[in-house]
Amino acid sequence: MINSLRKNIKGIVIEGITLFSAILIVTIVVVMLTVIFIGGKDQLSWEFLTSFPTDGMTKGGIFPALYGTALLVIIMSIAAVPFGTITAIYLTEYAKENSIIAKTIRFAVRTLAVIPSIIYGLFGLGFFIKFVGTHIDGAFFGGELKWGQPNLLWASLTMALLTLPVVIVSVEEALKTVPQELRAASLALGATKWQTIWKVVLPGSLSGIMTGTILAVSRGAGEVAPILFTGAAYYLATLPGLGDQFMVLGYHIYVLTTQSANVDQTLPIQFGTTCVLLLLTFTLNMSAVILRYRIRKKKNS
Amino acid sequence: MGRKKNKGKSSNYSDSESHDSGLIDITRKKFRLGDYVAEKVIKGVAFLSITIIVLIFTFVFREAFPIFNSSNGEKKEAAVQTVKDSQETYGSVTDQTPVAQTQETYGSVVDTSAKEGVQETYGEVTDKQQVQEQYGVQTSQDQDTISASKSTYTVNAGSGTDDNRSAIKTLITKDWVPVSDKPRYGILALIIGTFKITLISMLFAAPLAILAALYTAVFATKKMKEIIKPTIELLAGFPSVVIGFFALMVLATFLQNFFHYETRLNSFVGGIAMGIAAIPIIFTITEDALTAVPKSFYEASLALGASKWQTAFFVILPAATPGIFAAILLGIGRVFGETMIALMATGNAALMTLNPFDSVRTLAATIGAEMAEVVFGDTHYNVLFLIGSMLFIFTFVINAIAEFYVKGKLMKRIQGK
Amino acid sequence: MILEKIHTENMYLYYSGKMALKDISIQIPEKKVTAFIGPSGCGKSTFLRSLNRMNDLIDGVKIEGKVMIDAINIYDKNIDVVNLRKKVGMVFQKSNPFAKSIYENIAYGPKINGINNKNQLDEIVETALKNAAIWDEVKDRLGDSALGLSGGQQQRLCIARTLAVNPEIVLMDEPASALDPLSTAKIEELIVQLKEKYTIVIVTHNMQQAARISDNTAFFYLGELIEYDKTKKIFTNPERKQTEDYITGRFG
Repeated sequence: MINSLRKNIKGIVIEGITLFSAILIVTIVVVMLTVIFIGGKDQLSWEFLTSFPTDGMTKGGIFPALYGTALLVIIMSIAAVPFGTITAIYLTEYAKENSIIAKTIRFAVRTLAVIPSIIYGLFGLGFFIKFVGTHIDGAFFGGELKWGQPNLLWASLTMALLTLPVVIVSVEEALKTVPQELRAASLALGATKWQTIWKVVLPGSLSGIMTGTILAVSRGAGEVAPILFTGAAYYLATLPGLGDQFMVLGYHIYVLTTQSANVDQTLPIQFGTTCVLLLLTFTLNMSAVILRYRIRKKKNS
Repeated sequence: MGRKKNKGKSSNYSDSESHDSGLIDITRKKFRLGDYVAEKVIKGVAFLSITIIVLIFTFVFREAFPIFNSSNGEKKEAAVQTVKDSQETYGSVTDQTPVAQTQETYGSVVDTSAKEGVQETYGEVTDKQQVQEQYGVQTSQDQDTISASKSTYTVNAGSGTDDNRSAIKTLITKDWVPVSDKPRYGILALIIGTFKITLISMLFAAPLAILAALYTAVFATKKMKEIIKPTIELLAGFPSVVIGFFALMVLATFLQNFFHYETRLNSFVGGIAMGIAAIPIIFTITEDALTAVPKSFYEASLALGASKWQTAFFVILPAATPGIFAAILLGIGRVFGETMIALMATGNAALMTLNPFDSVRTLAATIGAEMAEVVFGDTHYNVLFLIGSMLFIFTFVINAIAEFYVKGKLMKRIQGK
Repeated sequence: MILEKIHTENMYLYYSGKMALKDISIQIPEKKVTAFIGPSGCGKSTFLRSLNRMNDLIDGVKIEGKVMIDAINIYDKNIDVVNLRKKVGMVFQKSNPFAKSIYENIAYGPKINGINNKNQLDEIVETALKNAAIWDEVKDRLGDSALGLSGGQQQRLCIARTLAVNPEIVLMDEPASALDPLSTAKIEELIVQLKEKYTIVIVTHNMQQAARISDNTAFFYLGELIEYDKTKKIFTNPERKQTEDYITGRFG
């Protein structure tokens, strides 16, 4: 009797500890959200989003940072989504599940996913800027320094490499939800493999490609380390083009909090910018989650 | 690109085919350009991810490599005059000579066989013998001129060769003073700092995430699961700069008021913040491993009269150990290379202490903070790439262990020993 | 000797090294309905799928012996599998319409064959739907999603889709097994009509169905072809004991 009671208490305590851990994590998230939203909500206005920083970045808005972030993720998606999708098609449609090639590619994809983002920054610098860029300058501009320096294009491509695994994994999952019977039906009608993929498999996994794109964009919008020295700029008075450095939300937060001369004075802007970035990534992530939920539901029905 | 072409082609070739089936010829394999091109393109692109890894290896290491060569390079002090050109390649890139070529040859100085490989890869150099000799000279000279010409950034009294040589010597010390009269590149303090912060973050995140995963997998009601899982997913979507910001602005103050330590930003704050960033990884993988444990284990244990928590701790948790191990490994990998949080919340002082309440500087943060200001081709620049290579190797190995060792073990365990 | 439409000789099929079909030799006549019967797992579906090389999609399948269609071995090196499947169509056990409109489902095959002329496509779609005896039910809603049709309609749509490619042989893998009796009756009726134009091979686990619609019946058991004869003979006076046992319901 007593023994079992003790056992019960022990059980309750242990279950309590696990419950406490779960609640603590949820609390941390809620606190972070609350603090940032409360700190930033007064800043959020149309004006904040659409005007340039003024007074040595202590006042004004974040428009150039928003603009730079948008350009960054667009160029990044243009590079990452097709390549990611094609890789996923190879893995699901062409490669044999247990072939060495497929296994190696999968391992490579997972490795890409865990490489620290700062390494991508180094790679962007070493490869895109110092190797590709310098060669382009040498070949087309007579050695004049044009592409051999940090800019939007190189930063976007660096970010594309970083987000490639995100796209691959999402698209692969979506391709797998297309029933095997549909592929069989198409092939039995005399369609070639590629016709089957193009007309049956891909249309059936469009929402998965969308999910992958959104997740990649969300990731790319928030990452700072890869662009620290491949293109991000402290302050620019004009909007950037492909060959220019650019302002970006995450980097803006970083420089305002650590590099600015008067951190306290810019505190509202810091909270405001963080709030905007968080809202942006959340909206994207939520839509991806909803899309993915729909795909899974479709699969199970 | 391949696709469009394809679509057109696929209808083209079949136009010639009659719809009347009686005439379909099956005895000869038809060449279908569309399918052929599509397959080749897809296969080619699929190798991209492997290529990228190889490229990362190559290019990150390449920029780090000169450090090890310079100690040999000192012998070739002569022929100072010949160098004018290559010097420019580094500094301002006005010369036609591609940088790559110059750098390749660093390899060649140290090891002729290595040079073979490098040359093949870039296929630039035509006359090996000559080039090797010439660049061997340039190597030492390069460093010299650069450090001199860029003295605005790096006040450097010694010659480039000296600099590089001493760089190697100072590598295994604790002084990280890259910008000074006598630059020292001791990375010991950085390494210790990184491990310290990794340890702190894991001590915080691992138990929390694993226990929470255990709760979610075993005890939680459906409703609780629907709260916990999306929250974790939400946390996974937090950009690390946002977590860094939170740590810097809120957490640091809160913890200082609570524990009353001296330095506001230190490895403890940074470790906790990084732990927050690592929680989603550890949680997700652990939860996957726990739910992968067959239901029969669970039922058998309950049938033997064990209670729910006993089953959870003595049956399910042990069965999922390899998966949890992988979760922790990947969590470590995440923290080890984390840059933004380290930059913002750790104080960034390269102190070699074991006190968790001292400021600390991690390897990744060092790269992040200094790379933007460094002179391309400088020793400092090379050392930063060397640090990058170390980070890369570390995470690569960790991932490989998690992937092969752990997965194999987990499979064995679940599918019956 | 005159070869029939389909003709196999000493055909063996291995699945990952394990023998799944053993020494199958059979002659299937043109414009007749041939039924394959036998207990589940006896290899009848596997055999059917090897007649248009759908087994190629499965890793580790190896085939020995001859599988001839119109006196051509379809496992020859030079065979164009894509064209083979245009010639030998297939209807699957589970109806599998594409998530497209009814019209687009039927037009899929012709379009792949390069027919893009709207009038021609309209005509093919109408003919195919009429041949599959579903035209009257869907003619007013060709633009609707095929997934909105009932199970029986979906299956007839799939038959129509196969017919639209104008094959010579139609393989059917238990096409009515998932349908209600009424839909099944419609499909059976349809099959009997179709044999005027097409050679039909149907796998069924329903012996009454085989008896009702087929001209010839083959009985498979444990990967072997036990008996093959006129349907009437198989069901009234089988040669082999195993066949008789199966038909009289003593096992399976």
